[in-house]
Amino acid sequence: MNRATDAAVEQQPAKETEDRQFDVTAVLGRFAALIFLIVLGTAFAILEPAFVNPINLFNVLRQVSVYGLLAIGMTFVILTAGIDLSIGSLLALSGLVVAAVEKGSTGLLTGAAAGEASGYPLPVAILAAVIVGMAGGGLQGLAITRLRVPPFVVTLGGLSAFRGAALVFSGGQPISAFSEDFRYWGQGFIGPVPVPVVIFLSFAVLAYIVLRYTRYGRYIYAVGGNLEAARLSGLNTDRLVASVYVIMGFFAGLSGFVLAARLNSAEQVAGLGYELTVIAGVVIGGTSLFGGEGGIFGTIIGVLLIGVLNNGLTLMNVSSYYQQIIIGIIIVFAVFFDQMIKRRQR
Amino acid sequence: MQRKDHIVDRRDVLLHMEDMNKAFPGVQALSNVDLEVRAGEIHGLIGENGAGKSTLMKILTGVYTKDSGQLRIEGERVEIIDPHHAQQLGISIIYQEFNLMPNLTVAENVFIGREPDRFQFIRWGDLRQQTQELLDLLGIHLSPRETVRDLSVAEQQMVEIAKALSIQSRIIIMDEPTSALTDTEVESLFHIMRSLKEQGLGVIFISHRLEEVFEICDRITVLRDGENVGTRNVEDVTPDEVIHMMVGRALGELFQKETSAKSGDVVLEVHDVMRTGTVLDPSAIALNNVNFQLHRGEILGLAGLIGSGRTALARVIFGADTMDRGEIYIDGERVDVHSPEHAIRHGMGFVPEDRQGQALILSMAVRKNVSLAKLGDLTNYGFVDGVEEKQIVEHYVDTLQIRTPSLDQKVMYLSGGNQQKVVIAKWLALEPKILIMDEPTRGIDVGAKAEVHALMNQLAQQGVGIIMISSELPEILGMSDRILCMREGQVVGELSRDEATPERVMRLLTTEEQVEVHNAQPKQERRNKHE
Repeated sequence: MNRATDAAVEQQPAKETEDRQFDVTAVLGRFAALIFLIVLGTAFAILEPAFVNPINLFNVLRQVSVYGLLAIGMTFVILTAGIDLSIGSLLALSGLVVAAVEKGSTGLLTGAAAGEASGYPLPVAILAAVIVGMAGGGLQGLAITRLRVPPFVVTLGGLSAFRGAALVFSGGQPISAFSEDFRYWGQGFIGPVPVPVVIFLSFAVLAYIVLRYTRYGRYIYAVGGNLEAARLSGLNTDRLVASVYVIMGFFAGLSGFVLAARLNSAEQVAGLGYELTVIAGVVIGGTSLFGGEGGIFGTIIGVLLIGVLNNGLTLMNVSSYYQQIIIGIIIVFAVFFDQMIKRRQR
Repeated sequence: MQRKDHIVDRRDVLLHMEDMNKAFPGVQALSNVDLEVRAGEIHGLIGENGAGKSTLMKILTGVYTKDSGQLRIEGERVEIIDPHHAQQLGISIIYQEFNLMPNLTVAENVFIGREPDRFQFIRWGDLRQQTQELLDLLGIHLSPRETVRDLSVAEQQMVEIAKALSIQSRIIIMDEPTSALTDTEVESLFHIMRSLKEQGLGVIFISHRLEEVFEICDRITVLRDGENVGTRNVEDVTPDEVIHMMVGRALGELFQKETSAKSGDVVLEVHDVMRTGTVLDPSAIALNNVNFQLHRGEILGLAGLIGSGRTALARVIFGADTMDRGEIYIDGERVDVHSPEHAIRHGMGFVPEDRQGQALILSMAVRKNVSLAKLGDLTNYGFVDGVEEKQIVEHYVDTLQIRTPSLDQKVMYLSGGNQQKVVIAKWLALEPKILIMDEPTRGIDVGAKAEVHALMNQLAQQGVGIIMISSELPEILGMSDRILCMREGQVVGELSRDEATPERVMRLLTTEEQVEVHNAQPKQERRNKHE
């Protein structure tokens, strides 16, 4: 890989890239996912007019909101060249925590805890869920930076451990039937817009600003681009790497809450397999698994793409079995396309 | 194939590249370049970074396709389609970074993809024996059974050469093969190159080190800005003339240290530093009781062969690695440097030897690379102050004359010299008291080298204490006010600028000799001389 860069360096410099702004492939590469999304949307609109019905479109958005929230966190993680496989389990655990705190007990602990079953105010419940998520992420971050175990392995452990914790915590029973205030965060609307969509887009904007304009954001790209160079430039790379898992945990906690509110039930099996969809969305959106390149904008597009695809295919009565095959193929081709463009630019 | 007569007829010409042209968007990388390599010749290909050497070699090895031009091998016209085809035609290239599988043995690497087999089962005996024969032929003392991971850089290179020979290469291209080697290793490489030459092969030798080119090559071709400036017999030219051809101007003496440095107070003192190899990395070089002082405005040269502990020392001082024992004083005060973050806070900067691996974030823009270490000062409430950042970066890009189309150009697209200047700019932006530079001019062209040296002089004059590690003896001798010689993790001698001769330094680095280390007080006599 170094040699390839050397080559680019030697065969020479500068002027070559001035022309790049006129280069069609560069534009295509940058907006490949967006262009594909538009093409796909148009195709569905033509083939199945119900697709463009505003109610349906908001439905798509609502469906992708939970994935979207997770994908925001995952973008931070992948930008540092990390990965987090534990998010689905952490989501389930936090969902159960928020539910239990709100209701004052887990469904099972009817004994001792039932006495105070009046429950806590919603903000306390949300805080508890988010704290659980961040603590879980933080633990993994510490394992990655202190024990020097690769993120893939640590979070693979987390995938199992947090799911187990969720089962222990709830005794295997779902917690359901929440107050209206609680459900509002998953089922409600602000004007025509579903609440989860508002939450998702607000955090997306926030994350975009953080990654683009703050020092922290710059450091995240630096760490992912070249960890050793970042460390030798005085960055506290351990703390930075650990921090993205805390951020990921925050979003796992938050989306655990949103999902429980939407389904009016917190379950141990919630979020099963979500990590794959979320990673797929981030990667389709152009964030490099090798770190240092990509961003929130692409992630939003990537997640929307998956949502639109699922929704459109469902409307056209394509079985969900086939949908999985199609999405699998698209993931591979999105990355292939991305790499092809990059090679062309050399 | 054995031929040693000196009369050159057409058959002797192994390779003839004629009127080669290659353009990339916005730049003519090669225009009408000719290159002729004879059998039994070592042909030096030199030129500044960006002169077109790599492009020319990539065409020869089938990585790039030429726009126009003719290519003949032993008089026969060929069109090279891809790297595999080039290999079939007998063209091999040995890159700076090797294409070896570290987990496999020497023999497996040499014959990879072409193992002698029977019914798909490898005949291990034959494999080892054939490898041994090749190694013997080249005079390489290695066992075919050794795992490549355990070999030194120089030994790995020899495995690459054996591999090239095993596929019956007629033309072997060596791209900067000596840049990571110690002087003794370079000697044995040259020995092997001469034996390749005797066997009638053509060797194309790309190097930035002119002394080596003059030592080993028969002829030299100089490229400048994508054109062939001339091909000469080595006997017919002087290094100065060649440099003139390369840069289009005559550089005076290279490595000129300005008589400067009124060596001031001690800015850094290193006391009894020890570091042993760790369990995870037993090959880590131990530092053994290292003591020295660095003064304001001084350039302290750190000489040593690779593995002598020079880089280990630099990294320990900067907090990149931990020390087991020892003290560091800055401006007379004891400091604990646990990490680069601390070191920077105490006014240190570090230019590591591996520019692309340890110093730059290649995927980021020039602007972001330059401001990276300084970003803490350029932030308001967590947000980067883009205006102030741009001002500072612009200032240093101008001062260092970094050639880049814009501040937002990714550093991966800059030439080696400009990349190195970006690294230096990053540290200058912090206005350090102490700057540690590990091989500051490795792999950059003559012009950029002179600029870096001028800059170092200027910094020293402003009172910065500089520690410079270099494998190039002329650079050490030319730039340093004082030279510390290291061997096996120890400082084995300290020489003042006036005491140092190439022979003395070399003796200290390679033999058991030691010189009493004067405890680093600024030498009164020398100061007088300069004034």
